[in-house]
Amino acid sequence: MNAPSLFGTVGVILQLLIVVALSPVLTGLMRQIRALLEGRAGSGIAQPWRDLRKLMRKQRTSPRGTTEVFRVAPLLLVATCLVVTAVAPFVTTASALDPVADLFAVVALLTLGTVALALAGLDTGTAFGGMGASRETTIIALVEPTMLVAIFALSVPVGSTNLAAIVTSGLDDPAQVFSPVSLLAAVALIVVIIAETGRLPVDNPSTHLELTMVHEAMVLEYSGPDLAMVELASSMRLTVFLGLLANLFVPWGIATSASPLLIAVGVLAFVVKVAFLGGCLAVGEVFLAKLRLFRVPELLAGSFVLGLLAVAASFFLA
Amino acid sequence: MLSLWRKIRAVGRVAEPEPPRPADPTTDGLPAAARELRGSVQIRHVDAGSCNGCEVEIGSAFGPVYDAERYGARLVASPRHADALLVTGVVTLNMAEPLRRTYQAVPDPKLVVAVGDCACNCGVFGNAYGVAGAVHDVVPVDLKIAGCPPRPEAIVDAVRRLTGR
Repeated sequence: MNAPSLFGTVGVILQLLIVVALSPVLTGLMRQIRALLEGRAGSGIAQPWRDLRKLMRKQRTSPRGTTEVFRVAPLLLVATCLVVTAVAPFVTTASALDPVADLFAVVALLTLGTVALALAGLDTGTAFGGMGASRETTIIALVEPTMLVAIFALSVPVGSTNLAAIVTSGLDDPAQVFSPVSLLAAVALIVVIIAETGRLPVDNPSTHLELTMVHEAMVLEYSGPDLAMVELASSMRLTVFLGLLANLFVPWGIATSASPLLIAVGVLAFVVKVAFLGGCLAVGEVFLAKLRLFRVPELLAGSFVLGLLAVAASFFLA
Repeated sequence: MLSLWRKIRAVGRVAEPEPPRPADPTTDGLPAAARELRGSVQIRHVDAGSCNGCEVEIGSAFGPVYDAERYGARLVASPRHADALLVTGVVTLNMAEPLRRTYQAVPDPKLVVAVGDCACNCGVFGNAYGVAGAVHDVVPVDLKIAGCPPRPEAIVDAVRRLTGR
């Protein structure tokens, strides 16, 4: 696209502010929906922010025997999320950092965060940390190719792996969004997002049982501000993935030019789309039990096949 | 799935209405730690040698009916994530050291709640064989909940004093 403009810079700042401020609220909203369906009263959608505020004030502990890997991981996790938030087309397609918003770069950045956390889990030397890391690596090894292939299927008709270009072409030509390619890729991507963000039926985010944990098992040793960063990053990842899903398959509403009204509509559309997807995810989780760990690769392999079919279809139907 | 949805519709809300707020946490002798938490308390439960009566009551205090989570409390899986320890049972010789280590693993500011008569003053176990003492003999206790076992209302009341909500 064009050289970095004022519009692009405003878009980047807006995206960062919205995702950082509202991603804990999204987590709170999903917990609240779940609580209401379980007949509970629920702790309110602002509870994750209260938790983060308290964690920031707590003492930072560093378990004996841990190295820099353990200390750097939360920073790296948050940093990769922030970079992806800044470059991805959420509110506007004309981000000032547009060249970075490449499909491969974004997926690699998100993987970098996961790998950093898996290494930190190993670094603690505890049984559960290593177990969580090995499970996460099993999942990530199947998730990453699926995610690449699914988004790649969308990029074939566009002829570019730039995310903003994919979204813009979806806006220009709605026939691309309502195609079998798009449907196959959407299903593959939804399964992958559920696995990657540690939701049911792959991982239970509210479990207290160490033996069933995946994501939680890796962060058992974090405390205080480090834990706050890990929690913030995990809600930001959920927002980022849902935002990508929303804008790749339902691109309408995103701001394409520099009018304040269009930007306001872009912000509103992004918030509504992500909140709707999060709500659907929360409602769906009430009806699901956790899958046995050995069945998870079958689920993910199925979604990889769908992604592969999407790529094949995008070549043959083009 | 449809039958589950019908069940959700038919049962509706099972949480009891919120009881009146307990005494102001700033005036009833809780340490300053409770004030710094402000509406969010993560709790690690430690069974130091309990008969599991108190566990059942804690389970129902955090269940849908009493729903202690609505006041901002949450049970967590690691003492590193915790602000408060919920200790049940008389401290047995084998659990004295694990309890001490768990207490050390909790980052400051931290609180300890002794749940049930055994945790408060050894209860029926008194000076029995294998008993190291009550919880306050091993780690400093900030709040005691009496009862054998304490009712879920009493546990919820204590939790609300910690969260201040």
